[in-house]
Amino acid sequence: MNERVQLLLALADDELILGWRNSEWTGIAPSLEEDVAFSSIAQNEIGHARALYELAARELDTDADALAFDRTLDEYRSAPLVELRRLEWARTIARHWLYETADAIRLEALRASDDPELAGIAAKIEREEVYHRIHAEMWVDRLLGSDEGRGRLDEALEELWPYALGVLDDDLRPELLRRVKAKLGRAMPDVEPVARGTHEAELGELLDEMTMVRRSAPAGARW
Amino acid sequence: MDARTEEFLAHVQSGGLVETGDWMPNEYRKRLTKFVEMHANSELMGVLPERDWILRAPTLQRKLALTAKIQDEAGHAQLLYRIVEDLGKPREACLDDLIAGKSKFHNVFHYPTKSWGDVGVIAWLVDAAAIISQKALLKCSYAPYARIMRKICWEESFHILHGRDVVLTLVTGTPEQRELVQEALDRWWEPLMMFHGNPIPADDDPMVHWRIKSQANEEARQQFLEGYVPQVWELGLTLPDPKLERGEDGIWAYTEPDWEKLQAVVSGNGPASAERIAFRKLSRAEIDWVSRTVLAEAA
Amino acid sequence: MSVFEVFRRERAGAPMQHAGSIAAPDARFAEVYAREQYGRRGESTALWLVPREAVDEIEDFVDEFDLKYRRVDGYSIKERLKEARERAGAAAPRAGR
Repeated sequence: MNERVQLLLALADDELILGWRNSEWTGIAPSLEEDVAFSSIAQNEIGHARALYELAARELDTDADALAFDRTLDEYRSAPLVELRRLEWARTIARHWLYETADAIRLEALRASDDPELAGIAAKIEREEVYHRIHAEMWVDRLLGSDEGRGRLDEALEELWPYALGVLDDDLRPELLRRVKAKLGRAMPDVEPVARGTHEAELGELLDEMTMVRRSAPAGARW
Repeated sequence: MDARTEEFLAHVQSGGLVETGDWMPNEYRKRLTKFVEMHANSELMGVLPERDWILRAPTLQRKLALTAKIQDEAGHAQLLYRIVEDLGKPREACLDDLIAGKSKFHNVFHYPTKSWGDVGVIAWLVDAAAIISQKALLKCSYAPYARIMRKICWEESFHILHGRDVVLTLVTGTPEQRELVQEALDRWWEPLMMFHGNPIPADDDPMVHWRIKSQANEEARQQFLEGYVPQVWELGLTLPDPKLERGEDGIWAYTEPDWEKLQAVVSGNGPASAERIAFRKLSRAEIDWVSRTVLAEAA
Repeated sequence: MSVFEVFRRERAGAPMQHAGSIAAPDARFAEVYAREQYGRRGESTALWLVPREAVDEIEDFVDEFDLKYRRVDGYSIKERLKEARERAGAAAPRAGR
């Protein structure tokens, strides 16, 4: 599997798994408005995943659904940050904002790629991610605006910080630190990134549930 | 009835419309509020039977379509609670009453979902039954609600297509996939027959009296049967009612549903009622701090 | 929580029309929510968000002395047109001379 495909799968898997996690808020978000907002974010993420899988699928002579659903656990290349099951609002906002910040850095690099397909898809994704960032920033600002909110958000950010670093390659991590410090007005702890390459235990459960209907019919069945 | 109420009644009965700030008789306001609140509750609770299947959807396309459908329902709940709020009952009070079992939501959302077959049947037939009622509500005398119904009807048009597409794909698939649909139909038929409510004649229905509803329950049910039973039968699927038959006069005959059972279900005694309410209650506890933070003045 | 009235333009050239209202803690939240509720399907080309208290409603209009001449329904030309045509010797309108 060449580097390009590995990159595409990493990006796609991040978006697919995060989209799945964001969908877990369906019906139980703090407000109906947030239910609707997270739903749009999840749909965008799954749409991004699909487009990225399609690019990879062409090189691998398969299709997007097969890549999304039919690989084994260790074949997924998602970052641990997106795999964590965190059905708690402060952690959800912390993850949302950290991921979007990391993703923005990653997409900037890709848009400068001399691979026109990669650059093109990164640009399209970026245009939608603008709205994800607006939403995430809005919540971060709102939580930082009250003592209780700030306390909860700080705790969540501390917990997720090593995972956030793990979304990016080594060379882009300093930029993430710079942006997070600028927003929060304080330093982040010096920690070991929880890097891509291993999976959180929760991923196995997620994949089981995600594929249970699909696995109930033979490969090639239409749904 | 006092003169002002008589005048109001004559106004709505001759097709007149009512806006938010207008004077309304107390009875009208109460009935209307309860009606829209039940609708809002239903859209909200309607999310719960289907949410698990977003996570389990077997293709990316189905995942996207189902996410969008459920999103619409949450959006509709949002709009409908807004209307109830403008009528005088805040959303928090509505959610409190819902969790306490003091308010109702439609029968179909008190039932569990068991398979991907349910996903198709619900999106196709439950949404079809709902659209029939919703189209009739376009003529509601309370204009803000009628206007929201236009948006709701427009958005729901894709739900039925999505549902039908899921069903058609399953019935042309493996025998096991086809069986998923048949089995789901066998379970959903009874709640579907009850959906439009007991056959109270229009003249005896206070909701029609005030022109909040403009269609009698039985008329809605007949429309549903006329539109959808043939569509089910043409796929070679069966429905679990031996009496179901279209008469020569065009009226569908069927086994009379147990109307007391319907009342029991909507009052919270359906097979999944307790579980769904409990689910809502859990998420309420979590959101208390969020509400406090969101409503707090910025530091 | 504040209530914001939402107006939308369906397509280029169409007027801004009232679409509904949104409750939100502030304008920033209202904007995000309005985009979702009234724009996620690309069904609007533009939205206006107006705090409810900024809307001045005017509902009382009087016309005590029936000044209908200012409106199209204040004119009924059918009878006079019929008479004029009969005088001109034509039973029905004809195009040109």
